[in-house]
Amino acid sequence: MLCDICGKNPATVHLTEIIDDQMNELHLCEECARQKSAQMEQQFGLSDLLAGLAEFEKPATKEKELVTAKCASCGLSYADFKKIGRLGCGECYTTFKKYLGPLLKRIHGSNMHFGKSPLKVTKVLKKKIDLQDLRHNLQKAIEMEEFEEAARIRDQIKELEKKQAENNNSKKAS
Amino acid sequence: MQLNDLINHTSEWLKGTGPNSDIVISSRVRLARNLDKFAFPHWANKKQAEQALNTIEEAITKVDYLKNTTNFKMVDLDSVDKQFLIERHLMSYEHAQKTNSKAVVIDDEEIVSIMLNEEDHIRMQVMQSGFNLFEAWNIINSIDDCLARELTFAFLSDWGYLTACPTNTGTGIRGSVMLHLPALVMTRQINRVLAAIAKLSFTTRGLYGEGTQATGNFFQVSNQVSLGHSEEEIIGNINGLIRQIIEQENQARELMFSRNRAMLEDKIHRSFGILKNAYIISSQETIELLSMVRLGCDLGVVKDIGRRNVNELFIITQPAHLQKRENNKLSTQERDVKRAEIIRSKLKI
Repeated sequence: MLCDICGKNPATVHLTEIIDDQMNELHLCEECARQKSAQMEQQFGLSDLLAGLAEFEKPATKEKELVTAKCASCGLSYADFKKIGRLGCGECYTTFKKYLGPLLKRIHGSNMHFGKSPLKVTKVLKKKIDLQDLRHNLQKAIEMEEFEEAARIRDQIKELEKKQAENNNSKKAS
Repeated sequence: MQLNDLINHTSEWLKGTGPNSDIVISSRVRLARNLDKFAFPHWANKKQAEQALNTIEEAITKVDYLKNTTNFKMVDLDSVDKQFLIERHLMSYEHAQKTNSKAVVIDDEEIVSIMLNEEDHIRMQVMQSGFNLFEAWNIINSIDDCLARELTFAFLSDWGYLTACPTNTGTGIRGSVMLHLPALVMTRQINRVLAAIAKLSFTTRGLYGEGTQATGNFFQVSNQVSLGHSEEEIIGNINGLIRQIIEQENQARELMFSRNRAMLEDKIHRSFGILKNAYIISSQETIELLSMVRLGCDLGVVKDIGRRNVNELFIITQPAHLQKRENNKLSTQERDVKRAEIIRSKLKI
């Protein structure tokens, strides 16, 4: 099969573009593909997309803060992240928390984890996760109009929150 | 287990024994995990990468479930060996690049495969034959729990498991199903189906994952979103979607069989004929013809060869598989001749 653009060289790169409902297939030779990807890189590089998504709603004044922020653990800067599209270590997520929150929401449609957690989880962490779970279930119960169940869960949440508050107070006292 | 032992072994998922094995070749669930307080692989220096590797390897030796596994270090493998593992879906193309401090741990049945220091510290996957996502999930879930006892994963309660790329954060789960959809392609409905899949936030890729084209009517469908739902929900969603696609493919097959049986049988038998008689054949042509023969098996039009043999042919005619079998580096034409020879001998009744 010959290249769709130059019509001369054999096509070795197969590009499928999906824009809204339309799917376009392009078969390109290496040379034309390189040229086209050079154009596309500027628009569709994953790292650009990610960085773009993250900064979508940030006010301009935060720009300087953004660029100079660096992870204390691995030394990755936000500028690095923008370039590579990947973070440097687990700590980066905490360092860049403010910017990653909205980014995750844009990528996944949510920035709250509802999946499993590693077994080596401390009691405090466990309580936090249970609360999240409960709130999620409360929401679901309300949606399903199971109001008795919802009331039960609401009471459970109140209990847990009370316990947490007590723990916090006793910690502060000591 | 030596790498060369795999040549004569049929991977579990190729056996064609799982549910809906006519349309679904295999189901795979992969989990991405990183170590806490270690730089992610692409950002780590040599020493850190080596440390991470050793830490994980040691943990694996302590896991009872993983005792029948072999560790292959990337630096020890030549390009044919690496390509061989990629062809068997035991590791990704990316894992074969920049081989320092990288390894892959594979079990004897080729059900479990754990890549170390790929994009994340740990990329583990479980494959099952046919449509069996929940079983794959159950297995990998217990492996994950076992590893979690020996290692500390990078994790935040709000955002779940932390991965190098934010697109994998949360559950770190990717479930994919490899589908064979010749009827949807032949009845020109495939684009509509692919577009619908994309609208639901799933991706479709070719036979060998990211960046590959959908040849041979094979499509790999997987989830994109990994945060905001539980693992079971995500698997359940893929499950539901795949059921619908299977339904569509079945309907398309029935349609072709009832409306245009002659054309269909002709296409299948011609494909079979070429495969049985060709002396030179490229891997591309092989995949396309085998796709028709596979359809033929499913429809009962081809009776002389079983689905398992067709599945095996797909893999053993791949370039690295040929070279390993011949124990020799072959030129493209030599490979095309060898390929035809293997096919003819396997299809001889």
